[in-house]
Amino acid sequence: MGIVKTKDLTYEYVRRDEEGNVEGFTTAVDQVSLDIRKGEFVAILGHNGSGKSTLAKHFNVILNPTEGTVWVDGMNTSEQERVWDIRQRAGMVFQNPDNQIIGQVVEEDVGFGPENMGIPTKEIWERVEESLKAVGMYEYRKHSPNKLSGGQKQRVSIAGVLAMHPKCIVLDEPTAMLDPSGRREVIRAVRGLNDVEGITVILITHYMEEIIHADRVFVMDSGKIAMEGTPREIFSQVERLKELRLDVPQVTLLAYELQKKGVRLPDGILTARELADALAEMR
Amino acid sequence: MLRDITLGQYYQTESVVHRLDPRVKLGGTLLFIISLFLFRNFLGYGVAVVFLGVVIGLSHVPFRYIVKGMRAILFLLLITVFFNLFLTPGTELVSFWKLTITVEGLRMAVNIAVRLTMLIIGSSIMTLTTTPNNLTDGMEKMMKPLKLFRVPVHEVAMIMSIALRFIPILLEETDKIMKAQIARGADFETGNIVKRARALVPLLVPLFISAFRRANDLAMAMEARCYRGGEGRTKMKPLVYQKRDRIGYLCILCYLAVGITVGRLTLF
Repeated sequence: MGIVKTKDLTYEYVRRDEEGNVEGFTTAVDQVSLDIRKGEFVAILGHNGSGKSTLAKHFNVILNPTEGTVWVDGMNTSEQERVWDIRQRAGMVFQNPDNQIIGQVVEEDVGFGPENMGIPTKEIWERVEESLKAVGMYEYRKHSPNKLSGGQKQRVSIAGVLAMHPKCIVLDEPTAMLDPSGRREVIRAVRGLNDVEGITVILITHYMEEIIHADRVFVMDSGKIAMEGTPREIFSQVERLKELRLDVPQVTLLAYELQKKGVRLPDGILTARELADALAEMR
Repeated sequence: MLRDITLGQYYQTESVVHRLDPRVKLGGTLLFIISLFLFRNFLGYGVAVVFLGVVIGLSHVPFRYIVKGMRAILFLLLITVFFNLFLTPGTELVSFWKLTITVEGLRMAVNIAVRLTMLIIGSSIMTLTTTPNNLTDGMEKMMKPLKLFRVPVHEVAMIMSIALRFIPILLEETDKIMKAQIARGADFETGNIVKRARALVPLLVPLFISAFRRANDLAMAMEARCYRGGEGRTKMKPLVYQKRDRIGYLCILCYLAVGITVGRLTLF
């Protein structure tokens, strides 16, 4: 069994009218079954309202399934007494950097998780140091988070999760509120964790550029998994992606349009480099 | 302009005052504030000013930074002084139009102004040199005996620390909303008090909504990081008294002794 596994996971929101009477149910996640292996870099893609964030919140027991089951590291998330173990194994980074930093100093914020877990003082310091070094924020350990850039704040948040020694990190649109350079910073840090530390990464995003490096991609649409495969497999289906209201990276789109006009290019080109090489070969 | 408030914000630098145990600073600030209200003459204030000056000097926080934080309180200060100055009954000093300044009123106003100013500077030194986490740790530890009476000490401390952390964020947000509303033609500057108060509604409603949303997000983030109250929690920076803390206590006691002896002398 993988590190995160779901079976027929369904989650329904109760819709209420202004007086609080039940109007009906909205199914945010619909019969999702997936299995994420240890050490994998998985991206979950989808436009707003596709249910990707709701799905992610199940991995950290912030939400409990209406139907179906979720296992994290072999533990069933519906077992109340395992909740804290699960939250420690599967850390979560959220969208808004300001709303998830608790400490007033970077190092204190990173120490917050280990403190909650009851780790001895000396070990907390070791963990804080290694986590901050892993995301390249060690020089900022004495700074106030308010004075950092968005990308730096998100890296602090990642360090905060890392200090809890999780097996898996779930990032729920960590770059949605950042500028392009901040986005690159965060993605680089996340890839580092996956490559160097071997931590399983589940990246929820709607930026196509960020999933290029993923091992596997799930595309969600109205609560269901619409597509699954490697980035290359996903990007080769440009028409299908457009149907799902997702933007294809410019390079891929260009390659696709060229293909349509009769230029013989391989499917699913992801980077400018690849396209240039493929074009050069044709001459 | 709203961002200038320094009250409740941490000023990052290295100094003896920063390194002091928060309990020393909390206790010291409390005693300092009490001492201000015990003085009967201006000599006592003199002692307090000297003490405050030395602490500011040691803290390496630029004086201008502290004064900047005072600006927000200035209005409150002026109102208090105004009412004391004109509404205290007693022997008449000067009188013009319908307003009368009395000797007692003058003394009262000066007293209040000096006390309030020093009170605010004194407490902002504490918050400027102590991280909120540290501060709440100190409070939590000092108030631990109250746990016997079922007072949720840890929870209160946590709430305060989070409130402090969000002050600058919410201020920034207020600034942003204000600009957004001004850009759409909202007017916060003209009209009488009623009109101005009403103009604040489109500022406060979005601010409250956003604050609730933030609170929701934060609660989720804290739970995701295994926060479950004070039980079984360890400290990254546990509080242990050092030599400098004992010296700190001694300094405060010396100040109190000198201040109160001098401050309570009846000179006239």
